[in-house]
Amino acid sequence: MKSAKQLRAEGATPLVEMKDISIAFGGVKAVDHVSVDLYPGEVVGLLGHNGAGKSTLIKVLSGAYKMDSGEIRVDGEKVEITNPRDARALNIETIYQTLALADNLDATSNLFLGREMVTPFGLVNDAAMEAECRKIMGKLNPNFRKFNEPVSALSGGQRQSVAIARAVYFNARILIMDEPTAALGPHETQMVAELIQQLKAQGIGIFLIDHDVHAVMKLCDRASVMKNGQLVGTVDIEDVTDDDLLSMIILGKKPEHATA
Amino acid sequence: MTETASQPIPEQPKRNLFQQLELDMRLLGMIGAFAILCIGFNIVTDGRFLTSRNIFNLTIQTVSVAIMATGMVFVIVTRNIDLSVGALLATCSAVMAMTQTEFLPDVLGLGLNHPATWAVTVVVGLACGTLIGAFQGWMVGYLTIPAFIVTLGGFLVWRNVAWYLTSGQTIGPLDSTFMIFGGTNGTLGTFWSWVVGLVAAVLGVMALFSSRRAKVRHGFPVKPAWAEAVIAAIICAAILGFIAVLNAYEIPTRRLERMFELRGEVMPEGYTSGYGLPISVLILIAVAVVMTIIARRTRLGRYIFATGGNPDAAELSGINTRWLTVKVFALMGFLCGLSAVVASARLANHSNDIGTLDELRVIAAAVIGGTALSGGFGTIYGAILGALIMQSLQSGMAMVGVDAPLQNIVVGTVLVLAVYIDIVYRKRLGAK
Repeated sequence: MKSAKQLRAEGATPLVEMKDISIAFGGVKAVDHVSVDLYPGEVVGLLGHNGAGKSTLIKVLSGAYKMDSGEIRVDGEKVEITNPRDARALNIETIYQTLALADNLDATSNLFLGREMVTPFGLVNDAAMEAECRKIMGKLNPNFRKFNEPVSALSGGQRQSVAIARAVYFNARILIMDEPTAALGPHETQMVAELIQQLKAQGIGIFLIDHDVHAVMKLCDRASVMKNGQLVGTVDIEDVTDDDLLSMIILGKKPEHATA
Repeated sequence: MTETASQPIPEQPKRNLFQQLELDMRLLGMIGAFAILCIGFNIVTDGRFLTSRNIFNLTIQTVSVAIMATGMVFVIVTRNIDLSVGALLATCSAVMAMTQTEFLPDVLGLGLNHPATWAVTVVVGLACGTLIGAFQGWMVGYLTIPAFIVTLGGFLVWRNVAWYLTSGQTIGPLDSTFMIFGGTNGTLGTFWSWVVGLVAAVLGVMALFSSRRAKVRHGFPVKPAWAEAVIAAIICAAILGFIAVLNAYEIPTRRLERMFELRGEVMPEGYTSGYGLPISVLILIAVAVVMTIIARRTRLGRYIFATGGNPDAAELSGINTRWLTVKVFALMGFLCGLSAVVASARLANHSNDIGTLDELRVIAAAVIGGTALSGGFGTIYGAILGALIMQSLQSGMAMVGVDAPLQNIVVGTVLVLAVYIDIVYRKRLGAK
């Protein structure tokens, strides 16, 4: 399989293109004419301060917010994403910073929430879903045991693995991770890093939102930096240093030698 | 992704008797409280409380509130409230009373007691409740007016729509077939009650067995066979015991004589017959079963609980929470219509004050039954037990001769206390 970089060099169609996206909340331009794209098997980091607009931009793609103007293309085709159901139908999966789990339900119910397996009579098939849940958790987090307890009883890392399982179980092609390691210890952070490598190898495109420049340098192929709702620039990670990225975030200046 | 085997299932540690039975401690606690209540009243009233006659009456008095309480569970679980159920019941009852005493006999010229009257009336009543419920749900879900306000308004509106429709008059007598839905006017008789009881017991055991089989098929842990058998035995004993009690309440001789006279026969000397299972109770049982299936085994139920647990997560999971709100309130309205059928049939007329204060009884029943006002938690059986406990308390105190104001003081206190105990229980469990 060709790497994302080769695909880009050949001018192949990106997996996702977000073109000229704008969204305002009561006069404040949260996202101001921003364009980003993503190729198969690529990890694109979205960097910026709190309130830079990166989460807002990505929520447009996941269907949580509706953009005011701009267009989204998946595989070159223009698509309409007006709610989370549309995004899911396009195999766009999101791991939210807040994890978006229903605390009163167990891991299995959360994994399948909105996409339950049903019996021929239309009733939810809990036993079959639990079996699937045990399978995927066996791969993601072999120490996971609490299948029949509400997720409020789980640790931060366990909750995170439920959220990740939910995103990867349903054949995601485009994965959005909003600070996936924010609540995790070093061991679990390493686990997420390995998972990202695995998913990349399967040709999944990943948008990774993170504060941490080092994590982005380690995991991403490219990085798009935002400041005050505008795109500072998109750079190839190989061409920049930590300091270049930091100055983009803080000063909003794109280094002259980096052109991606 | 590395291929590893599916999760191994850990060995279950040795546990005590109750844990092996895997009984719901909350349910057990409620049944315990209910039993203590009944036995206490029975002692104070010199054995008058636990007679088949009183149990029969208690059951039919509970039905109307219990039916609505099952719907209130869903409303409260989704972090809403419905203060209009009693008023909605009154409107449905008024509409049905008008339908069967004026519209069908006079306007359509079907005459009194036409065989189709009851069916048309019930359909009209249920449709009326469902539509009004859906309308209120639409205001809550789509116009985002708080449910408290929408239904507080509804409480005034529907109570007085009922008044306006009937000019405040009591309307009766109702259609003779329609009246079988209310308590003593329609019971199955001893034979059919036993049939229903046996069928219910068999279905209950089959449900237990099939759920166990599904678990075994996927290799999940199951409780020991003896524990399953004990639970099956308890279920059967409870169902058949209940039927036996209802069958033991005998129809008064005068009433039996009249029933024979109506059929143009003469009652044989010394003939006796029990009431058996009232049709209204059968309706409640059906509602309880259907609502429990909705809560536990359907997507709708899953979404209701998910939305109550975390509305944002539900929305992000692609659940249309606005439409869900409409559905929940429409279901609540449907159940108000059903309760209106039972309540007006039991009274044999529509009176202007029907369902007064029912909203509070219904909410109290759901809450005593363990439904958390913060959303996400609640059970159907809990709400029904809650309704039963409230009704027992009320009629027990009336039997003992407690003054009316004191009765309400006690009921109010019990409500607050029950919720406090529930909070303490949840904290012990470590749940939120």
